[in-house]
Amino acid sequence: MRSDLNVIHEWVPQGSRVLDLGCGDGTLLHALAQDKSVTGYGLEIDPDGITSCIAKGVNVIEQNLDDGLANFDDNSCDLVIMTQALQALRRPDLMLDEMLRVARECIITFPNFAYWRHRVHLGLRGYMPVSKTLPHAWYDTPNIHLSTFNDFEALCRDKGLAIIDRAVGIKDHEGRLMSRLWPNLFGEIAIFRVSRRNTDSGQ
Amino acid sequence: MPELPRDSVGLVTPQTAHFDDPLLLVCGKTLPSYDLVYETYGTLNAERSNAVLVCHALSGHHHAAGYHSETDRKPGWWDTHIGPGKSIDTNRFFVVSLNNLGGCHGSTGPSSTNPETGRLWGPDFPLVTVSDWVNSQVRLADHLGIERFAAIVGGSLGGMQVLQWTLSYPERLASAVVIAATPKLSAQNIAFNEVARQAIRSDRDFHDGWYGEHDTLPRHGLRLARMVGHITYLSEDAMGTKFGRELRFDDLNFGFDVDFEVESYLRYQGDAFSTSFDANTYLLMTKALDYFDPAAAYQGDLAKAVAPAQCPFLVVSFSTDWRFPPSRSKELVNALIRSGKSVSYANIDSPHGHDAFLMPEPRYQDVFSSFMTRIAEQLGLKPAQTQETAHAF
Repeated sequence: MRSDLNVIHEWVPQGSRVLDLGCGDGTLLHALAQDKSVTGYGLEIDPDGITSCIAKGVNVIEQNLDDGLANFDDNSCDLVIMTQALQALRRPDLMLDEMLRVARECIITFPNFAYWRHRVHLGLRGYMPVSKTLPHAWYDTPNIHLSTFNDFEALCRDKGLAIIDRAVGIKDHEGRLMSRLWPNLFGEIAIFRVSRRNTDSGQ
Repeated sequence: MPELPRDSVGLVTPQTAHFDDPLLLVCGKTLPSYDLVYETYGTLNAERSNAVLVCHALSGHHHAAGYHSETDRKPGWWDTHIGPGKSIDTNRFFVVSLNNLGGCHGSTGPSSTNPETGRLWGPDFPLVTVSDWVNSQVRLADHLGIERFAAIVGGSLGGMQVLQWTLSYPERLASAVVIAATPKLSAQNIAFNEVARQAIRSDRDFHDGWYGEHDTLPRHGLRLARMVGHITYLSEDAMGTKFGRELRFDDLNFGFDVDFEVESYLRYQGDAFSTSFDANTYLLMTKALDYFDPAAAYQGDLAKAVAPAQCPFLVVSFSTDWRFPPSRSKELVNALIRSGKSVSYANIDSPHGHDAFLMPEPRYQDVFSSFMTRIAEQLGLKPAQTQETAHAF
């Protein structure tokens, strides 16, 4: 599994009801169902991903995330997960509201645009970054809302959300310590676990 | 003798099951006895756990796959999806396909004899509903010794029967495949059906449904009904691509005979149907469509209506279907989600409109076969040995 999926796998409580936004080929939901008796649904629009989910027995709904989550009731899930999709949404901020309407808690991962290699690309070489996490050219990228650890934390602050946990997805050879100390510089993938404040309704 | 395709179930023979247990219908009437005609493909395993029931649509019947004789030009209506190695793989599954009550292909219906009067049933045949069909299908399952189906599948009106199964007999199926269907007809759907019914009922040869006793057939009305229906089965694009504004002959004829290819096509479809289908059956089937609305008993709350369902669902729609568009499938999917059911949904890109559920389309086949394979694995169904599946022709 991708490094961010491993982290999420550890964070998800046993027996949770999970909604996975942009669930791809269903790897995460399948593993969570097997290892942690997790139930729920994945949303996906990629035809191959949808077929793979069905073949694995993962509940998958063909649905565009930009159309919102109106078909999911308030508090109908324990947890909403969105991996590597935030940056491709038309309105990431509104999606965050939607996710925390459907569940108290959500886990979000996205490519950290402030990762040092990206900074080298842009700051020194003067080109838009292209990397393993950002593989597209500037003109055909689906990633229209790139952000950083700092940006996302600021958004959570503005919205009054609680950041329960934060982790980084990194390549194995890079120092874990470095990325823990300076995630905005050394973290390639940002991983956040966010919840509504305790004072929120819907507890 | 021409050879049949290798991925065909081969030659098949319809069978008839007779039932003497009276069947109480939703309308309040009772059918004292009745026949159901059906076909089977593949082999029922010793545990009787590999049966798949196929439910047919408005003008369908029991002949879903294979050929009745070597000289048949066309196989059964769902041959694309039923056979060795196909979506419903007959190497694994034992497929049951029947003609519904009220049909005109051998099962008891308006063109059968009413045992109480000795006359044809004709218009006196009771209006059967989707629930009635499902109740009769349960008896066929009992007759075949099938306690629980591995899957029940159907497109369009067939999909509604699948949904009804999950609500009426949730413990008797392990999975449900609902294709190009809807949890209820829209006003527009009912309107089209009413035009079709009026076309039939206003035919001079209809005789209030007693045409059988007048030795006539309301061909004209049935033909119109089919033409209207057919327009709703195709997408605007599919019609445009197939016919465009192509002329039948070199020039416009400045009269009311056929000018355009599409007119000729519709007339051909209507003509063929008007001599092969029974008008009373058509009326009855369209009413069964109109009446279907499992949410009605729950103040329109479909999520409440689907609460009894237990099995995983696969729901499939087609992008250009405007008869039962993707939004109607989504309505069902959302209700299943709200009710916490296991469901997967795929909206297949296809130019063929409602008819797409009958056609081959790589993504449709991938989704369908992946789901069926998964169910087979879950139930521990092993593919039959090659020798056993070798055809005898």
